[in-house]
Amino acid sequence: MPKTLVQEFTKGLWEELPPFRLVLGLCPTLGVTTSMENGLGMGIATTFVLVGSNLLISMLRSMIPTKVRIACFIIIIASFVTIVELLMQAYTYPLYLKLGVFIPLIVVNCIVLGRAEAFAYKNKVSFSMADGLGIGIGYTLALGALGAVRELLGHGSVTVWGDLSYNLASSFPSFHPFSFMVQAPGAFICLGLMLCLINVIGD
Amino acid sequence: MNEMVKMVVVLTVLSSVAGGVLAAINKGTASQIEAQQLEFVKGPAIKAILTGSSNNPIEDRFKIKEGDVEKSVFVAKYDGKANTIAFEESGKGFGGDVGVMVGINMDTDKLVGAAVTVHTETPGMGARAKDDPSFVSQFKGMPVKDSVTVTKDGGQINAISGATITSRAVCVAVTKAMSLYQKVKPKLQQEIQKVGK
Repeated sequence: MPKTLVQEFTKGLWEELPPFRLVLGLCPTLGVTTSMENGLGMGIATTFVLVGSNLLISMLRSMIPTKVRIACFIIIIASFVTIVELLMQAYTYPLYLKLGVFIPLIVVNCIVLGRAEAFAYKNKVSFSMADGLGIGIGYTLALGALGAVRELLGHGSVTVWGDLSYNLASSFPSFHPFSFMVQAPGAFICLGLMLCLINVIGD
Repeated sequence: MNEMVKMVVVLTVLSSVAGGVLAAINKGTASQIEAQQLEFVKGPAIKAILTGSSNNPIEDRFKIKEGDVEKSVFVAKYDGKANTIAFEESGKGFGGDVGVMVGINMDTDKLVGAAVTVHTETPGMGARAKDDPSFVSQFKGMPVKDSVTVTKDGGQINAISGATITSRAVCVAVTKAMSLYQKVKPKLQQEIQKVGK
């Protein structure tokens, strides 16, 4: 049964939520989620690349020869990643410094290439856009949620873009920040617990 | 055969278009990126060196050309007189280039300070060159001469323990800055006259 446009969009938010349901794109998921702000920033950058590459690949799908399709996808994806990198340097420099090498690494993010190969190359432009946007927003929310949990437990407070902030110590004065959570092993443990939680809800 | 031609044509056209678009965006964002780097990377270093100046050194900058390289030079005024300049040089560190902003007082030919701007050194080791002010403070007040080296190489700079390569890179950058300064001093003097007015 063909899916509707809305279904293509919403599947990325739960059913095919990249890091939690498909367990894809874990390198940036583990690497950048030391704070909620970093997670959201990375998610937004990836969303831009996803929507842009899905749009272009879907538009050009009748012209791209099957045998060199991966090479064509990579050219398109790499171009969008470079655009994001330049724009971030120009307008959000501090975030760019914090995310560092993870921005150019979006090129090899398997979610982006996966959507191009499995979806955009076979579907209409409008569906590909909905798919890219849905997966991208799902990814952003997932990274933001993971970043928020790690920042909250690791630093005892969450701050996003400087104004929206919440301090755990104000509600629980006896809480001591648990800096293990913002380090690499904390990422694995936190991701594991969140996967467990998502699976329990999913069942 | 036909298919092969198509593959070549598609890939060539796609790459050329991508290259063209990226070149255009690179050109379009270049000045904005430079401004951001000035604010977030070079700015703090400049402020650390040229403390207490009566003007804004980042606004009062000019470019100077020596051979093929063009340098941005930042000018600071003290007591109404523009006599101190700062510019960036770099040396090869452990993980890549280490950028060092070097400030020089043109009246006394002495270093007013040095500060690391960009680096890709190991956190906790070479990165201390930027984070630990006691290392770069050794350059303060040093007269402009031919070279600066770490004590291991017979010089007078105490290297950061465990980060000799980074310390050497900073020394190389300061040495380069001194030799450039000696070469272009007459030009610099002309330029700072303009700022002084």
